[in-house]
Amino acid sequence: MSSNYEIVIGLEVHTQLATRSKLFSTAPVVYGAPPNHSVSPVCLGLPGVLPVLNARAVELAIRTALALHCKVHTRSVFARKNYFYPDLPKGYQISQYEEPIATGGYLEIETESAQGEMHSKRIGITRVHMEEDAGKSIHDAASGAGNGSLVDLNRAGVPLLEIVSEPDLRSPEEARAYLRSLRSLLRYIEVSEADMEKGQFRCDANISLRTAGAPRLGTRTELKNLNSFRFVEGALRAEIERQAGILDAGGTVQQATLAYDPASRRTRVLRLKENADDYRYFPDPDLVPLVFDDEKVESVRANLPELPAQKLARFEQQYELSEYDARLLTANRSLADFFEASVVEYGQPKPVANWILRDLLQLLNTRDVDIEALALTPALLAQLIRLVDAGRVTARHARELFPELAERGGDPAVLIRERGLEAVSDGGLLERTADEVIAAHPDSVERYKNGEEKLLNFLMGQVMQRTQGKANPQAIRELLARKLTRIIHETP
Amino acid sequence: MVERLGTLRELRDALAARAISSQQLVAQALERAVAGKSLHHYVGLRSKAALAEAAATDARRASGAARSPLDGVPIAIKDNMVQRGEATTCASRILEGFVSPYDSGVVEKLAAAGLIVIGRTNMDEFAMGSSTEHSIYGSAHNPWDLERTPGGSSGGSAGAVAFGSVPAALGSDTGGSIRQPAACCGVVGLKPTYGRVSRWGLVAFASSLDQIGPLARTTEDCALLLQVIAGHDRRDSTSLPEPVPDYTAALTGDVSDLVIGIPVEYFNAEGVDPEVLRCVRTAVVELEKAGAKTREVSLPHLRYAIATYYLLATAEASSNLARYDGVRYGRRAQDVRDLHELYRKTRSEGFGAEVKRRILLGTFVLSSGYYDAYYRKAQQVRTLLRRDFEEAFRSCNIIATPTAPEVAFRLGEKSDDPLTMYLSDVYTVSVNLAGIPGISLPCGFAHGMPVGLQLLGRALEEAVLLRTADAYQRRSDWHTRTPPEVA
Repeated sequence: MSSNYEIVIGLEVHTQLATRSKLFSTAPVVYGAPPNHSVSPVCLGLPGVLPVLNARAVELAIRTALALHCKVHTRSVFARKNYFYPDLPKGYQISQYEEPIATGGYLEIETESAQGEMHSKRIGITRVHMEEDAGKSIHDAASGAGNGSLVDLNRAGVPLLEIVSEPDLRSPEEARAYLRSLRSLLRYIEVSEADMEKGQFRCDANISLRTAGAPRLGTRTELKNLNSFRFVEGALRAEIERQAGILDAGGTVQQATLAYDPASRRTRVLRLKENADDYRYFPDPDLVPLVFDDEKVESVRANLPELPAQKLARFEQQYELSEYDARLLTANRSLADFFEASVVEYGQPKPVANWILRDLLQLLNTRDVDIEALALTPALLAQLIRLVDAGRVTARHARELFPELAERGGDPAVLIRERGLEAVSDGGLLERTADEVIAAHPDSVERYKNGEEKLLNFLMGQVMQRTQGKANPQAIRELLARKLTRIIHETP
Repeated sequence: MVERLGTLRELRDALAARAISSQQLVAQALERAVAGKSLHHYVGLRSKAALAEAAATDARRASGAARSPLDGVPIAIKDNMVQRGEATTCASRILEGFVSPYDSGVVEKLAAAGLIVIGRTNMDEFAMGSSTEHSIYGSAHNPWDLERTPGGSSGGSAGAVAFGSVPAALGSDTGGSIRQPAACCGVVGLKPTYGRVSRWGLVAFASSLDQIGPLARTTEDCALLLQVIAGHDRRDSTSLPEPVPDYTAALTGDVSDLVIGIPVEYFNAEGVDPEVLRCVRTAVVELEKAGAKTREVSLPHLRYAIATYYLLATAEASSNLARYDGVRYGRRAQDVRDLHELYRKTRSEGFGAEVKRRILLGTFVLSSGYYDAYYRKAQQVRTLLRRDFEEAFRSCNIIATPTAPEVAFRLGEKSDDPLTMYLSDVYTVSVNLAGIPGISLPCGFAHGMPVGLQLLGRALEEAVLLRTADAYQRRSDWHTRTPPEVA
């Protein structure tokens, strides 16, 4: 693509609020329930049913708005978005339209410059509003739909929060960083599990290109249902290429809604804007305006958990970590919590930080999982570090065992014994082995005596070999050095 | 023919005195309902279930465990209030086959007091109409003149009460649908304050206007029934939390502390039958004789009421009726090729002409580009109308008007003229827009047909409204007149 286009991206994220019941009914929110089992007359849109707003969802919405530095509106209004679809039981979705619960905030993201420097950037948040999810249509013959379609209404009425960003993002990488940061924040403040695989965190993107420096934004297109981080980046890249191709050829981009096909790495127009639906929004007369007082907002603010930026600053100070390390440790809440719990277990931050930053993060990256997926506990990690400290296992062996220990759990001392990796702490055995090695390599001892100090390493290696690496290298070094010194002094 | 049933109060007293059993009453009600079958007041009777419930009631009463003084009294409900295990159709083809798996709030309240629902009453489809002619079950007939409509949309409920197959019935009122048929049939009908009675389980026509209320032969009976059904319901977000006063205790017969407002705009409205006006004026004079003061009041925005009402009610209806799509319940069109055809065919076949007219109108009102000019503007006018009433109620406690500009019209007379039909709602719709309570009670006859006096009260002042209506009935006997028996 020509590099003289400025990329302008805005994202709309739908995140599922972690409530026990649905947004307007008492039906439970359960993931993986059999189809149409987690429903009530309200979710089914039966004649005569009425919505009642879930107070917990409101609290979570306010909490999110505050964490995003938004203005929380003490009066907001639910509206009906009218359209026909089989998985929309009432023929309308209850959402917020003209008067959302919050507007005008921002989210900090970290981006890397071409030179590899990290910069932080503020992305504006246009609005945050509550709405109910629709059900799920299944057109797949394998699921028993045959030639027809099936509808599962378990998801119908599940509470969502829509978070709309300003068009402040300038690259697919920034878009990805925004989504990561947002998801991390939502998990931090415990408003959403934001599990993309479960559809709890979904993204639509608006994107346009303009000649660098142009005063007006270009025509934008909308990419729907970008349901993984990789997907988002791929889809945006593909769409940038498509739009740039049109502009390079002197054409004009048409306002449209598109879908991304990851197989062909192309975007495909679903419909043009002139065919856009008229949703006939109007205030839902079954609901009264949502009104609360400033005290409510303040009480939610008072109970707001520590935000990522605050935690980062505290980690740097309290644990004397570099900004880089602190940033890695606070990248998500579960990791940060794990670190702090481990420090409490072990008593000192530095070794814990080293283990997590080095071995744990590597494991998580390789496995592409969160820490919750592992059996590793803070107590277990602390125990392992203490075993190393006590010389019961060498650091190298401890690191070798770490992935297995982390994934399966268990008693590290037992695992070390089972694997026969106990460090040789038997002073007599080590002493005998050292004597044997010295006796077996008189040439090397001679050269060492003559000042070739590096021969000590060779002798160390020999001892290690004979103890199958189970001896503490530092202990061997000291032992050999002592013995050799004695030999030097004893020989005339 | 089996005799008409007594009033709610008479039946209550007879049951208390063990002069009659609930089983006898329910049997009598069912028999009379069947005898009047050709009047199309009912869309379905619960003969077996009602008799079984009556037997249970009698057993309760015998063991001294009656649920309320009204335990065992038969009643009817309009076909737009759901009852578990019962078909609910709203007199529409599109709800064919729908059986409700849950109870409406009012049905729960009736059951808690032991009242027995003997059947579901006929109505204009989805409560859209003023004549009970727009029904798949056929037009309902007015017991006073079988050639005339009983009014609507709660025409089945009003007709059944006038005919005497039940002492009382529930109706719903979105723009006059309780009061206008009450007036047409010579019975009493009360539309409570919006939010006073739960809408949970009332099939919505226009959510911000719909309200359930009682129809009965006397004001006292309306008070008794309102006592049963009023109250807060958490399942209805628009339900009012204020405590429910003792309505019958309020019926003192004394109106000497009250000022009755006479709105000039109402009495000068075009197209009102002078005979109707004469009856209403005479009734107001009677209330003055009873000690009430009267004064003129003004409701300057009243002339916009009908336009405002038909914009808002149709807008809400177009959305409320979107759920009838043939996907989950009710009627589904056959032999369709795709989704759009399923919708088009299901809804084309399922809805009647009047409902389609209103859905189209409402869809237009909400469309992008017209929203501000119609929907938003109408909401603004609604606020002005509400203020008009607030202002008027500063200088009076009650406002008196005719309920309808004319007596019940002939069947088919206005079928081809929807606008004239809409205009007959002139006295009632503003009350729903303002959310205040209104009652219609018989105040004479014109052209041989009953005339209704409409009294309006301040929000949540049903007690004052009922006291005034009751005071009038203590000085008049219109409500004791009964239509001639059908041959």
